[in-house]
Amino acid sequence: MDASTLKEFRAIVDDRGLITSPEELHTYECDGLTNFRVMPRAVLLPISVEQVRAIVRICHRERIPFVARGSGTGLSGGALPVHNGIVISLARMNRILEIDFLNARAVVEPGVINLDVTGRVAPEEYFYAPDPSSQSVCSIGGNVAENSGGAHCLKYGFTTTHVLGLEVVLPDGSLIHLGGKTLDTPGYDLSGVFVGSEGTLGIATKIILRIVKRPECIRTLLAAFPSTNDAGAAVSGIIAAGMLPAAIEMMDNLAIQAAEAAVHPNYPNCGGLLLVELDGPVAEVESLMTHVDEICRTHGASEIRMAQSDAERALFWKGRKSAFAAVGRISPNYIVQDGVIPRTALPQVMGEIARISQEAGLRVANVFHAGDGNLHPLVLYDRRIPGQEKAAETLSFKILELCIAAGGSITGEHGVGEEKKSMMSKMFAEPDLDTMQRVRCAFDPFLLSNPTKIFPRPRLCGETPGEYAPHPLETSGIAERF
Amino acid sequence: MKAHTKSESTVLHSALRYKLAALVGTENVRPASAADAVAGVESKLVVSPGTETEIAEVLRLFNEAGFAVIPRGNGTKLGWGNPPSRAEIILSTVRLNEIIEHAWADLTVAAGAGCTIQQIQETLTQHGQRLALDPLWPEKATVGGILSTNDSGALRLRFGALRDLIIGVTLALPDGTLASSGGRVVKNVAGYDLPKLVTGALGTLGIITRAVFRLHPLPHHSRSLSISTAQPKETEKCVLAIQDSKLAHIFLQSHFSDETSPVSDILFEGTEAGLAAQETQLRNLAAPAIVSEVPSPTWTAREELWNFPDPESTAIAKISILPSNLATTVQRIDGAARVHHLRWKALIYATGLGWLRLECQAPAKNDPAERARTALVQLRGALQLLRTELENQGSSLVALHVPEKMPTFDAWGDPGDALPLMKSVKHRLDPKNTLNPGRFVGGI
Repeated sequence: MDASTLKEFRAIVDDRGLITSPEELHTYECDGLTNFRVMPRAVLLPISVEQVRAIVRICHRERIPFVARGSGTGLSGGALPVHNGIVISLARMNRILEIDFLNARAVVEPGVINLDVTGRVAPEEYFYAPDPSSQSVCSIGGNVAENSGGAHCLKYGFTTTHVLGLEVVLPDGSLIHLGGKTLDTPGYDLSGVFVGSEGTLGIATKIILRIVKRPECIRTLLAAFPSTNDAGAAVSGIIAAGMLPAAIEMMDNLAIQAAEAAVHPNYPNCGGLLLVELDGPVAEVESLMTHVDEICRTHGASEIRMAQSDAERALFWKGRKSAFAAVGRISPNYIVQDGVIPRTALPQVMGEIARISQEAGLRVANVFHAGDGNLHPLVLYDRRIPGQEKAAETLSFKILELCIAAGGSITGEHGVGEEKKSMMSKMFAEPDLDTMQRVRCAFDPFLLSNPTKIFPRPRLCGETPGEYAPHPLETSGIAERF
Repeated sequence: MKAHTKSESTVLHSALRYKLAALVGTENVRPASAADAVAGVESKLVVSPGTETEIAEVLRLFNEAGFAVIPRGNGTKLGWGNPPSRAEIILSTVRLNEIIEHAWADLTVAAGAGCTIQQIQETLTQHGQRLALDPLWPEKATVGGILSTNDSGALRLRFGALRDLIIGVTLALPDGTLASSGGRVVKNVAGYDLPKLVTGALGTLGIITRAVFRLHPLPHHSRSLSISTAQPKETEKCVLAIQDSKLAHIFLQSHFSDETSPVSDILFEGTEAGLAAQETQLRNLAAPAIVSEVPSPTWTAREELWNFPDPESTAIAKISILPSNLATTVQRIDGAARVHHLRWKALIYATGLGWLRLECQAPAKNDPAERARTALVQLRGALQLLRTELENQGSSLVALHVPEKMPTFDAWGDPGDALPLMKSVKHRLDPKNTLNPGRFVGGI
């Protein structure tokens, strides 16, 4: 990037919106996945859609790859900068533009913090349903990129369920609108494609969200089981009884210990802990909760507690929501994984995880969204011991292979990003990946928007308009042409 | 692809038919008849492959030969969309009618594109489960058909649309690629969400060969009630109040017409205790409107709209509005129908999606042919007027049925500023414009 381009960037976002000094750039060299680091050439912090467009138009003209970034809490390296590229941070575009209670819609800019949406609509007893554990810091734009989930998506669905429309700056700088405030707008559901595309299709500059009325009551039960298998059997029992709880979470003993050490949720010391949350009309929830209680006892629960107050409920959840960070109390380093399995494969996969972790000589703490089979194995290691980091990485990928073999997925909510690119070809066949990349070529024929993520081998698009010039990815041997 | 001259096309036919017969068997290739016409456009051949690979292979052959292909399930909604600009081949998916896997303990089902919804529901019921969707004509409608037309009914309020229920898809692309996306688990963000891309794409991007859905348990108990209101403004107030309440209703739909006062149906599911409590709350909330037990089956309300005597004097449209525009929209419908001397009926869900039927009045004494021509102009005029008004308020109107002889009326309306991108997506997946040419938005 030459000085004149930088000058153009400065003219768009001003000095306050441009970061070029190496000390400050360090903040942006990784996201929540800290073992991958790339220094961007510059970080730009636009404050309007016009500024985003102007920046992207220059990137398009100069073929400069860009990576959009929200709060940088992603766990798969989705916001990892690209060599010789820039980072476009949406953090300053953080206005809630409109709340429409009559139609249960909110219109926000991408930098708005997830929990702030709920904060804003809470007085009218509404909430924004997707609740990733990082919800107090992560941004809606980042949630859109990753199709973030959370504990309550079992009942309420994922980010994609709650995004009705998007304003998007395409990688050539043009501005388009996908979906809208009303449902089923004529045309392809490109909003559905954009959500979860990990920043590879453009930059969302405005997001129309669905907000949800708070249920009449919420009841949370905590049950202690001798093992995760017993707890898993109880989960199957609950589902088989025809219930759809708002959340079912599970933790194994190591995760319980970690949570206890970090935030003292006063969890019973057991082999498998379940958190079951039901919400809805009081009479309905009370009656179903009695049933859940019975099912847990039938499957060997040694202790069952019902949260008696909002404070107690919050404490139940605190242990669960802080589990990732809590593992730092029992291990100097750890890798967070995000596999998904059909729920019925749980006992088998847990057995396998125990076996291969023993073989590797490493400990694995397990935290699950048990209702939908989303596992978060935390592989513990010590970077100071030579070879252990590599062993931990290998183990975490072996766990993902177990998930694929069980008919599941390599990621339920964290995204593929940089980290799991190599696993994509284990989960999908070449034609599957090629088809996805053909869709990408429609959005981004010059591969400028977060070009190195998701796909193990980025494919250049061919038949792009204009004069042929080798793509930076091509010259560096990363990508090939279709 | 330009139209073939007659001799060229005959030659191509015989060569192709030979290959086809070898691929799918002669019994699965037949000449198209008038009954196979799509919105008045006749095809030449009907081909019914028996496997996903055969579908991909057959599609590749036709794509290479430059023939336009119309994918078809049982054809219940084949008239939706614009008439095709070209149509040579009907490619039927009905032989892919196998329920591939009902993983009941995991609440998922994988089914071939040709399975009917009823066939799937019957299998699921054995384990107390359902695909939480109420599409039109489930006894005939196929998986591929409901997905391609994005057909959803009243249950959408609680369980979401097909986009929220589909978790995996396999597609045959015109170049013969057979590609899968998504998977067999509900929670999965690996790769692009192509199941959503093809839902509602009217078969213009690829042929769906199988799909995987998430399932819901069948309810233990349910109760439906109806709320009578005097006029649309009161209905709107009631609907918005229910939506803003803590009731956990499953659906809420309102019936309007030019002759009766509005009635709304609401459905609750759950435990006996829960239902009783919700009914009490509803009665308090809806007062002074009258709440009563629903006597008639509310499930078929949408099908009843489609149950019209004369296709040549009727139009059906899907509208999408904001719930807060309910009363205004009903007023606009009534206005447009009055101006053009039409009868009308509408069913509008609390989600803001609705279905509208416009009908010409019974023919009067004067010349019937002349009268029919006037009627067609009236239908078109009303649809056009209403679409303009709805689009101005940020809503949309899609025509699903119009008389064959009606002057051209674009089925879709304004596709917005994303049309160039949509065309680009189409071009990347179907560069020769083989699949359903001209049937989708903006000429796609």
